Amino acid sequence: MTLDSKIPSGPIQDKWDKHKFEMKLINPANKRKYKVIVVGTGLAGASAAASLAELGYVVEAFTYNDSPRRAHSIAAQGGINAAKNYPNDGDSIWRLFYDTVKGGDFRSREANVYRLAQVSNNIIDQCVAQGVPFAREYGGLLDNRSFGGAQVSRTFYARGQTGQQLLLGAYSALSRAIGKKQVTMHIRKELKDLVIIDGRVRGIVTRDLVSGKIESYWADAVILATGGYGNVFFLSTNAQACNVTATYRAYKKGAFFANPCYTQIHPTCIPVSGEHQSKLTLMSESLRNDGRIWVPKNQGDKRKPNDIPENERDYYLERKYPSFGNLSPRDISSRSAKEVCDEGRGVGSTGYGVYLDFADAINRLGKHVIEERYGNLFEMYERITGEDPYMTPMRIYPASHYTMGGLWVDYNLMSTIPGLHVLGEANFSDHGANRLGASALMQGLADGYFVIPYTIGNYFGSNKFDKITIEHEEFKKAEAEVAEKTNTLLSINGKKTPTMFHRELGKIMWEYCGMARNEAGLKKALELVPALREEFWQNLTVTGEGNDLNVSLEKAGRVADFLEFAEVMLWDALERNESCGAHFREEHQYPDGEAKRDDEHFTHVAAWEFQGVGKKPIRNIEPLEFENVKLAVRSYK
Amino acid sequence: MKLTLYIWRQKNAADKGHMEKYQLNDVMEDMSFLEMLDVLNEDLILKGKEPVAFDHDCREGICGACSLTINGVPHGPEKATTTCQLHMRKFKDGDSIYIEPFRAKAFPVIKDLVVDRSAFDRIMQAGGFIGVSTGNAPDAHSVPVSKKNADLAMDAAACIGCGACVAACPNAAAMLFVAAKVSQFALLPQGQPERKKRVLSMVSQMQKEGFGACTNFYECEAVCPKQVSVRFIAKMNRDYLCSRVTEAVEV
Ligand code: FES
Repeated sequence: MTLDSKIPSGPIQDKWDKHKFEMKLINPANKRKYKVIVVGTGLAGASAAASLAELGYVVEAFTYNDSPRRAHSIAAQGGINAAKNYPNDGDSIWRLFYDTVKGGDFRSREANVYRLAQVSNNIIDQCVAQGVPFAREYGGLLDNRSFGGAQVSRTFYARGQTGQQLLLGAYSALSRAIGKKQVTMHIRKELKDLVIIDGRVRGIVTRDLVSGKIESYWADAVILATGGYGNVFFLSTNAQACNVTATYRAYKKGAFFANPCYTQIHPTCIPVSGEHQSKLTLMSESLRNDGRIWVPKNQGDKRKPNDIPENERDYYLERKYPSFGNLSPRDISSRSAKEVCDEGRGVGSTGYGVYLDFADAINRLGKHVIEERYGNLFEMYERITGEDPYMTPMRIYPASHYTMGGLWVDYNLMSTIPGLHVLGEANFSDHGANRLGASALMQGLADGYFVIPYTIGNYFGSNKFDKITIEHEEFKKAEAEVAEKTNTLLSINGKKTPTMFHRELGKIMWEYCGMARNEAGLKKALELVPALREEFWQNLTVTGEGNDLNVSLEKAGRVADFLEFAEVMLWDALERNESCGAHFREEHQYPDGEAKRDDEHFTHVAAWEFQGVGKKPIRNIEPLEFENVKLAVRSYK
Repeated sequence: MKLTLYIWRQKNAADKGHMEKYQLNDVMEDMSFLEMLDVLNEDLILKGKEPVAFDHDCREGICGACSLTINGVPHGPEKATTTCQLHMRKFKDGDSIYIEPFRAKAFPVIKDLVVDRSAFDRIMQAGGFIGVSTGNAPDAHSVPVSKKNADLAMDAAACIGCGACVAACPNAAAMLFVAAKVSQFALLPQGQPERKKRVLSMVSQMQKEGFGACTNFYECEAVCPKQVSVRFIAKMNRDYLCSRVTEAVEV
């Protein structure tokens, strides 16, 4: 199938304006005749639901949490980028666009990225008007900082809780719409399937997590804003409930899954402390400005860090990358940490950790300066590990953090299923093979506030919709399938819990499809995952009942989908026979360890098409053209 | 370490509920409190029993989903810490721990330790917003805000909506939660046009939901994982009184 990205013609800076003018409009009085379902209430979902309701569409929104405010966007710490150029340091829409394309290692779509940079400014205006308490200077204007190695200060922030404040802004807009009865909010309901009628998406089937009831909802368009799939690794910085089910079910119904192998690993997380570990906590990358990273020179050196003399320490980043040292890019720092641990030089009880040492900085600057800069991070670290980082070095290790891959969407954010739109981390569109810091919040809100309100109108205006109800046989069929699957999960009566399977899957994926990948490992994982899936359906145990709040049943359903999805991810990593951004194939690297792209063969999006469980999906291609940013090698030497 | 747990089990809203005793033998001090419950739950599932249901999600102290009253204190013994961030090194070998849901009339139990906190959402829907629709906003720099007020607004906005304040209050009042939101907007120029209406509607919804009245125990501040200050309650009370008077005159 040929993928039509529907990128408007003309110069890049005019595309979005031109497209906005050419798209069909829906007359204000007619908007209430269209119903939209929004699944997920994070930044993308909440902003979309509120904005569409304000326009007059009938909106039904869904979350599996007890409140829309719990979505995991809330955990983003750093900030949100915008091309305001308030600090007068040479930023512009063009520069934000350029940095994002380059940061994505030339694997994103230029037109989408340009639009993202364009609307970034509107986002800040909108959020300030909503009362988001961004950091300000004494003069009363907004403060900006530089983030993630950017050469301009374009990041707006609200202490270390920018994601929380932006989400609460979108949540308050959503709450206002719910209060006015423009949005019907469904909480504690999880999407279990999508319903396609006459080739278009016409609704969803959900399970009520309290009563267990399986229910259908119809609509004229469905929006998935259900986040990423980082929990395929079991351990990640994602929230516990984050899962791939919504996007994976859409994939099984015909939506293409694009670039699933692009997963971002964050270098500075608190390491695993034992088998019981349920999640990993991110520590802001800013710590690397003053901390020095090292491991013992000798394998298996179990002495306390302060007892290891200077000449027996290996400051490996400073040694290998003298010019960037401890500030080497995320992927390079992450891979180097894995390397030294694989050599048996890792620290901490599990051997999977490296030291991040502030002793020099404390000597040089004084404890009070370090306290001022990182006080709350040090506190958080101590709360979790029980160790005082002023006295003994922190231990850090990389962890899965964000997924750039997602459902394939065109310029209108519509998937290959007509009417099914995908926003935020759930789609693949703007970050290419690597996302820059402070860009996730920007993209979620851009999609929800400023893109979908226009493009969905075009979809409605260009199509005729038959009246349907949830009595339609397709709904009944989907409900029956969901019920059957639930019953199967409950009746296997095996010996392993859903979490045990999830942990095993995570180990396979982390080992063979994590920070560094190679052909042999990926092929091995392509044998291990199907075998584990088979065992799952033979040996799973889920207690309790289907018609009740049942946490192990919820978990089992999500793990079942991860077990199928993992295979798509492995295929993608195997067939993308190059390194780019966060996708690192050991076979393809420069002598200094930098990712080596193969532009001749891989300047494209890989969009996978479902062929059946356990069958290799079809790899479709959307070629990428770079007309405005010249293809170049990323270098951090 | 070895622990004895007494956990509230309740099949559903209609069930009366009871405390049940569990023994855990190898709890590690690096575990978080919820990871300790995960271990218990895995064990229960393998024995064919139903795991203990509790709300949680981010496990990094920001989403506000986790709750639990631990030995009588919402979010447990450590100051300024959510249950998910509480670690087992705060307990000793041989300890008995009593784990109950957040209790309040306005937070009915759904199952085990899971309670329904949607009353908070309804208070927000009644007025916890600034009424701007998408696309109407002027340039972000058109209205300066003093740093002091912006910082104070952020202090208030740090609330994670967990409900510990309600669970700790002898009157089960939701004053700290409501005051935090009201104050955030009252401190900002953007919040002024709807200031009076907002405080009146939010307080009225709060009363409808069955939350109690504030009689200055300040237990809320003591358990608040984000250390939201009771000074915001005083601020809201002033706002509320002024608004009652002036809105009445305007009508
Ligand atoms: S689980 Fe999110 S605050 Fe505890």
